[in-house]
Amino acid sequence: MKALSKIYIFIIFFFLYVPIAVLVFFSFNNSKSRSVWSGFTLKWYYRLFQNQQILSALSNTIIIAIVSSLLATIIGTMAAVGIMNMNKLVKKTVMNITNLPMVNPEIVTGVSLMLLFVFIYNKFGILKPGMATLILAHTTFCLPYVILSVMPKLRLMDVSLYEAAQDLGCAPAVAFGKAVIPQVMPGILSGMMMAFTLSIDDFVISYFTSGNTQTLPIVIYSMTRKIVSPEINALSTMLFVVVLSLLLIVNFKQIKEISKRKATTPTKGVNAN
Amino acid sequence: MKSKSINIPYILWIGIFIVVPLILVLLFAFTDSSGNFTIENIINVGNYASVFVRSIWLGLIATVICVILGYPMAYALSKIAPNMQEFMIVLLMLPMWMNFLLRTYAWMTILENNGLLNRLLMFIGIGQVNLINTSGAVVLGMVYNFLPYMILPIYTIISRIDNRIIEAAQDLGASRRKVFSKIILPLSIPGVISGITMVFVPAVSTFIISKMLGGGANILIGDLIEMQFLGSSYNPNLGSAISLVLMILIMICMGIMNQFDHEDNSMGGMII
Repeated sequence: MKALSKIYIFIIFFFLYVPIAVLVFFSFNNSKSRSVWSGFTLKWYYRLFQNQQILSALSNTIIIAIVSSLLATIIGTMAAVGIMNMNKLVKKTVMNITNLPMVNPEIVTGVSLMLLFVFIYNKFGILKPGMATLILAHTTFCLPYVILSVMPKLRLMDVSLYEAAQDLGCAPAVAFGKAVIPQVMPGILSGMMMAFTLSIDDFVISYFTSGNTQTLPIVIYSMTRKIVSPEINALSTMLFVVVLSLLLIVNFKQIKEISKRKATTPTKGVNAN
Repeated sequence: MKSKSINIPYILWIGIFIVVPLILVLLFAFTDSSGNFTIENIINVGNYASVFVRSIWLGLIATVICVILGYPMAYALSKIAPNMQEFMIVLLMLPMWMNFLLRTYAWMTILENNGLLNRLLMFIGIGQVNLINTSGAVVLGMVYNFLPYMILPIYTIISRIDNRIIEAAQDLGASRRKVFSKIILPLSIPGVISGITMVFVPAVSTFIISKMLGGGANILIGDLIEMQFLGSSYNPNLGSAISLVLMILIMICMGIMNQFDHEDNSMGGMII
């Protein structure tokens, strides 16, 4: 039974990783073939760094991800606080609207935002689809994730600290910044990280709201539509390595933290973990 | 914290970027290109019934395969040593961090006519088989892309089951099989439900997987919508009508699914 389940786990991981391994393997292939090996090369990586289209798309993607995840975090945190204090009916309505971008198929969200931006552009001549509309669209689909990661932390928060701060003479805004924000910080940070990764990865909604601006996923898509160059394999490999090292760093930090905690509180540490 | 002004930016935001766009979809769906009221678009959606049927059918097959493959995986993962589990979950999530276009592209290179798989088949003497541009390839792409979304919520739910319940059942003489069928399976249903919605909704509405792996013959609803907005047959009114029908269809499906989910635990799958 044990052995059987180990084999099964292995098979599923094999299924999940073989395509990625194939991509990585052929990024070092000397010819353009995607199935015949003809010697080792790094030329696709070299060409990748000279490909102006990819580099500018990469910078667009990063700018959009930073701006929209920050915007989503600020607006989302404020919204989470506000929603907590709403009366039941309003709260329910607002939460249902909040969840819409998560429940709706991505393509519907993308199409509806495209209609909005085209409408605004035709009526008022502002917000030509491009960088700005991408940021607005990304902020919109990231917002529910921020709210959903901040709200549980708010629920667990100790309200008396906020009240105590006010009793001691803090203005409400100061008390909020000093007593509430630090308590919900883990939720805010994980919401922001999630927003950032969702934004970097998004293709469908960007595709409909980008106009002529290109993000990395859009360039990847246009590359797969044309005669494909192994540059795309090189790009995949680099992205995979970046993600892998990010995860390793995060995990390594966690491991270090846990061992530190264990070292300082030997009796409690075991229970806490 | 009681002040109402903190709500204003958010209410404005969702009003402009969620509610108004959906109203525009509704508006476009019921007007013609010069802005007059019509229900022709909705009627015309009927011409594409076969596309709807194909999308739902392929989405269903992919979802069922994901349950069949994903449930044992989630169960097996929950049974391995706890210190290994975290590593395994990271390993499971890692492919999800790679852009799904690249993951689908990888299958393109494996399945194409002189791709790796066909070379392997020829090598062992079976000969070339047409794998790409079939509906099977589309289903494979769906399963590959969405399988982790099935495994993770089920795993989360199973690993949260209180061990004392299982021990109690064992103390009362239940066999392993009975423990599974009477305790683990019923308690893990909410995870299966949220897994099903997390796989079915993107599978039904995808337009990339079908385009890359299905060729021109396997058009899905997503492709149809894309064609009306950015593709060859520009017609946002018809596109909006199709989007509206798709939205309603999915809401009905979710409504039916929620009937099975008594504990209202649809966010059980959210990790991070």
